[in-house]
Amino acid sequence: MANGDSVSGPILAADGRPLRQSLARALRLQKLRALMLIAPLLIFILVTFAAPIADMLFRSVENAIVPNTLPLTVAALEDWDDASGQPPGEKVFAALRQDLLAAVAAKAHTKLGSRLNYEQTGVASLLRKTGRRVKRMEEDGDLAAQFAKIHKSWADPETWATIKRFSSAYTSGYFLNAVDAKLGATGIEARPENERIYIFLFERTLLLSVVITVACLLIGYPVAFLLATLPMRTSNMLMILVLLPFWTSLLVRTSAWKVLLQQQGVINDTLVFIGLVADDGRLAMINNQTGTIIAMTHILLPFMILPLYSVMRTIPPSYMRAAKSLGATDWTAFWRVYFPQSVPGIGAGSILVFILAIGYYITPELVGGTSGTFISNRIAYHISSSLNWGLAAALGVILLVVVLVLYWLYDRIVGIDNVKLG
Amino acid sequence: MRLRTFLAAGAVASAAMAGAAQAEDMTIVSWGGAYSASQMNAYHKPYMEMNPGVNIINDESAAEAVAKLRAMAEAGNTTWDVVDVVASDAIRLCDEGLAMEVDVDSMLAAAPDGTPASKDFGDFLVTPCFIPQIVYSTTFGYRTDMVGDTPPKDVCAVFDLETYPGKRSLEKRPINNMEWALMCDGVAMEDIYDQLATEEGQARAFAKLDTIKDQVVWWSAGADTPQLLADGEVVIGSTYNGRLFKLIEEDKQPVAMLWDGQVFDLDGWIVPANLSDERKKRALHYLNFATDTQRLADQAKFISYGPARMSSAPMVGKHASLGIEMGPHMPNHPDNMSNTLLYNYEFWADYRDDIDAKFQTWLAK
Repeated sequence: MANGDSVSGPILAADGRPLRQSLARALRLQKLRALMLIAPLLIFILVTFAAPIADMLFRSVENAIVPNTLPLTVAALEDWDDASGQPPGEKVFAALRQDLLAAVAAKAHTKLGSRLNYEQTGVASLLRKTGRRVKRMEEDGDLAAQFAKIHKSWADPETWATIKRFSSAYTSGYFLNAVDAKLGATGIEARPENERIYIFLFERTLLLSVVITVACLLIGYPVAFLLATLPMRTSNMLMILVLLPFWTSLLVRTSAWKVLLQQQGVINDTLVFIGLVADDGRLAMINNQTGTIIAMTHILLPFMILPLYSVMRTIPPSYMRAAKSLGATDWTAFWRVYFPQSVPGIGAGSILVFILAIGYYITPELVGGTSGTFISNRIAYHISSSLNWGLAAALGVILLVVVLVLYWLYDRIVGIDNVKLG
Repeated sequence: MRLRTFLAAGAVASAAMAGAAQAEDMTIVSWGGAYSASQMNAYHKPYMEMNPGVNIINDESAAEAVAKLRAMAEAGNTTWDVVDVVASDAIRLCDEGLAMEVDVDSMLAAAPDGTPASKDFGDFLVTPCFIPQIVYSTTFGYRTDMVGDTPPKDVCAVFDLETYPGKRSLEKRPINNMEWALMCDGVAMEDIYDQLATEEGQARAFAKLDTIKDQVVWWSAGADTPQLLADGEVVIGSTYNGRLFKLIEEDKQPVAMLWDGQVFDLDGWIVPANLSDERKKRALHYLNFATDTQRLADQAKFISYGPARMSSAPMVGKHASLGIEMGPHMPNHPDNMSNTLLYNYEFWADYRDDIDAKFQTWLAK
């Protein structure tokens, strides 16, 4: 009787609990233990990689400096109509004086000047100059006139419109700038023709990266094929030739290309010597796109060859022999049997080379001249030189999104499961 | 017993090292190469001899100083004590609140004749955070063997493709190039910045640069033009006068200096903001020594940059190893000053982002 009861109820484990519950518990423990094992790596990546990137990306919209430095002015400006064509009233100037006195004491006014100078040229010196003189202003006098006397820009409604437009804690200004647009009086408008550069640079970066990837594939495929099919001893030798430049400093390799490619360089000298090129018609192969493509193809070549090689090594040579014994020509056997099996290697190598190329910075800077530089060169300029980190972050976000979209497209078309590193 | 002795000795040694590291290391950031070497010889070595307790560590990342100082300040851990920057960067660091304001008269040494430091540096004190050190200039060098019998006499030779055919090298930024373009387009020296502040003036400068655009190699590192000149890649090119001095006098290349149209700029020291009192005191103690009249004159023995103090000029002597008189090689020597321009800090602080965007667009076209 007791036996019959236990069969109809849930299956119990040895300790009398339901088996399902006990099993889930054991699995949860196991998962937790696994998580604990990778926790150091996970925390490391979060702290040193994900968090700084998130922080940097956040700067592309962050604009707290304006409302924080000019809180009263921003509030007072709400009643002012920026389409009126008139500078705001005395109330706003009084608020500005209050804000500036506090800002000068905290030395924040020049910082605000650098921020707003990105949007309107001249604000940097306007605030620097006003900051020096604001302490000597008379509180009861006509403040608008006093400010205008310090600098005529204070009487210009355009200055006030800029402050009002960029007075919220978050801004689209950097992103608009990164796509060659700006926030004008009537909303979003394109920048003038002679200031449109970023979209052009994004396009050039993508185009050149594709060219470099294709060049790497065309050169790398036969090399990888040789490496995979030659006898061990010879292929080891070849492998060293592939890896040797890989272990050489990037700067050394780039400089070597300079020596080779420049107009008075080795290649041009040789061409002139054998009479292929006239002395006054030496080829321009460096400080332009050609230079970038040649140097980067060379530098990124191992990243194409190594995945290709490791995939090709796994293709049994007997397949080719079988195809030939069934009557296929060399070409048919290669194209119908060997090549399809090497496609995962092509996918892996191409993704690797393309993604590395799209963010490359030092080689285009050194050999790219003006026609061979990438968007990353502008990002580096804004990070280290112009200090416009907001714009650099916005450009970085766009670059990241472009890469992710391309990756997604690749996954949809080729399938990421088709990528193998060996 | 032995183990205990070993441990005790180790503890003592590490405590001593930690003590030395915390109390005495001073990190000075500069540009590297011959320039850092000149500072080592003229400032650091004599200072360390007089103050054996201080160990100066030379960091060579001045090129990224502004960005790094900002990152350090945001992280709340500034590891640099004294930083060598160009004046325009000093202005930005001051604006951003990243550099300390210096009261020159109370913190720096007076000239030997008692002239206060503020007068001795004069107009070179372009921002309250900046202690000037040297005057350098960006100017042109040309290949003597590639210009025929008529060596160029003025800066407009750069725009003269007929007389001086061949490539020329210019810096990949608008600063200086825009000024030269207007100067050679017939704009009077005193009107240049008024013109550059207008759209028409900027367009005029770009139009002038357009005439030589396809013959220009654009450089971004100071070493580029000397290399291009030495290889005969360019006929004429702009770079810092100290680089040209080395190329001509030390490397004996067939290159000559064109002082005409040189643009003066300043390089000097800043002290990062928010250092601890102890570190601030140490940094200022060093700067009081390193920027006095004699030390600035000493540096000119090792590199051809002019001392920023007026009182140092008469004390400039011979080069330490070449033995040539350094006076005539200084950018601010009277013979070299017939046609010069001083970097307009105020103007470029305002217009840098605006004109740079246009310049980069113009370049990419």
